[in-house]
Amino acid sequence: MLETWNSSIVPILYMVACIFFIRGIKLLGKADTARKGNLFSSIGMLIAVVTVLTEKGVINSFSTNLGRNGYVYIAAAILIGSVIGIIWSKKVAMTGMPELVALFNGFGGLSSLLVAIAQFVSTEKGDKFTAVTLGLTIAIGAIAFTGSVVAWGKLSGKLFKKQIRIPGKNVINAVLAIGGLAGIALYAFSSDPTLELIGIIVVTAAFLILGITMVVSIGGGDMPVIISLLNAFSGLAAAFAGFAINNTVLVVSGCLVGASGLILTLIMCKAMNRTLYNLLFGNFGGGAKKTASGEAKEPKSMSVEDAYLILEAAKNVVFVPGYGMAVAQAQHAVKELCDKLENNGAEVNFAIHPVAGRMPGHMNVLLAEANVPYEQLKTSDEMNPQMSMVDVAIVIGANDVVNPAAKDDESSPLYGMPIVNAYEARTVFVLKRGKGTGFSGVENPLFTNDNTVMIYGDAKQTVSALVSEFDD
Amino acid sequence: MIMLIFVFVISAFLGIELISKVPSQLHTPLMSGTNAISGITVVGAITVTAVSVGGTVGLILGFLAIVFATINVVGGYLVTDRMLGMFKKKEVKK
Repeated sequence: MLETWNSSIVPILYMVACIFFIRGIKLLGKADTARKGNLFSSIGMLIAVVTVLTEKGVINSFSTNLGRNGYVYIAAAILIGSVIGIIWSKKVAMTGMPELVALFNGFGGLSSLLVAIAQFVSTEKGDKFTAVTLGLTIAIGAIAFTGSVVAWGKLSGKLFKKQIRIPGKNVINAVLAIGGLAGIALYAFSSDPTLELIGIIVVTAAFLILGITMVVSIGGGDMPVIISLLNAFSGLAAAFAGFAINNTVLVVSGCLVGASGLILTLIMCKAMNRTLYNLLFGNFGGGAKKTASGEAKEPKSMSVEDAYLILEAAKNVVFVPGYGMAVAQAQHAVKELCDKLENNGAEVNFAIHPVAGRMPGHMNVLLAEANVPYEQLKTSDEMNPQMSMVDVAIVIGANDVVNPAAKDDESSPLYGMPIVNAYEARTVFVLKRGKGTGFSGVENPLFTNDNTVMIYGDAKQTVSALVSEFDD
Repeated sequence: MIMLIFVFVISAFLGIELISKVPSQLHTPLMSGTNAISGITVVGAITVTAVSVGGTVGLILGFLAIVFATINVVGGYLVTDRMLGMFKKKEVKK
């Protein structure tokens, strides 16, 4: 009975789970079906988890002696994990979403890493192919783990605040990677248990360090792309774990995530006009800081009262939000100002750069939270042609995505990146906390343009002050 | 084993085909949603834990693997749903 179940029913159930994953990913890619897609994929996950609980190996661990009963440990672990997962996902503010995704991703990688090591500790070594995949699971899981933790630390501002430059980074990384791969080879092709253990330790250590050295020197502006890449890695780690423990559902879904994650990464790179190669191996933003070529103009600034007078006369207003809006939690205040402007007879739109914020779509999520209607959220491609008709462009905490140097200054590191052409508007308000540069560390000539006015201060307070000006 | 490689390669191409034209506001939910799927490693973690009952080190590692993978799965799906729920709201208003 159990044999038939294992050889025929279990694979069929895994297949059903995979179909749910595939449908889920497909539906996630379209705006109106995305939520259903997420539900589909979670059903697939439920099917897969329930199925594995009926597998022979797991059933065999059933025992009346609770301390030796596998189900007791499994249930306890799932309970703990679920509680933590539920609490974190409910508690996190929408602004903290990117770093939470990074952290979750790190856990996925860590889990694959632990699965491989547990497999190494508690079962006989398989054939050479299986042994190599076990080594690769450790390698990729380790990179995904430490890389994601570094990304989380950078995004949340808890770790590695300063831009860290590692001299000879590519050489160090290459040495670590080669050393790690040698560890895998040592484990897979030797038959001496001591050498095997050394191999596993080497690969684990080398790739844990590699995850750190690879991500730590990457600028915060490129973090979304890196998280997407690490997401692909953790999927790949799960796929290799599937090889190592001979489980199809892991191979299929892990590989699906790996491939789709890689494509998503490339799409994002394109939106930022970066190649994956120069992202990983180049040095961005950390190089010799470019001195503002030619005249060093001082930006003009203006009080909220004067800004109000200009806004009151404006018929066409565009908001350009950036990470600063997320930090200041200004989205609700922005929505209020947007309503006031509309009551005043102005047309209001939002121009959202594909990589504004720390993640693509970050701004859309925040503005949606504040109930800004979908139709007002325009992409930069939609807004740019009409930008010269706009009376006032209000840049809220965005910097690099409105930097005109990307258009006309070939020496700028941002050169070639598509931007929101805010500088074409008749008047540009820039709401900014201080005079610093953007996340990339590149000077922004927009701030010193003749039609640009800086309004310094906390974005939320400034916007709220503008709202109360309308009330008076 | 050849069968698994076969499945691996087909899945890779399938994954590439699935993500063709995705609007940029869905990039974050998509990343977060596929991230939850990569928590599928929980299935492996469960298998390994069951096999390791009796041995201390393997059992502890397997146990931790289940905990972390479950955080990834449960947290990942809920966060994705929360994000997408916000998109939904405004569509009802339309």
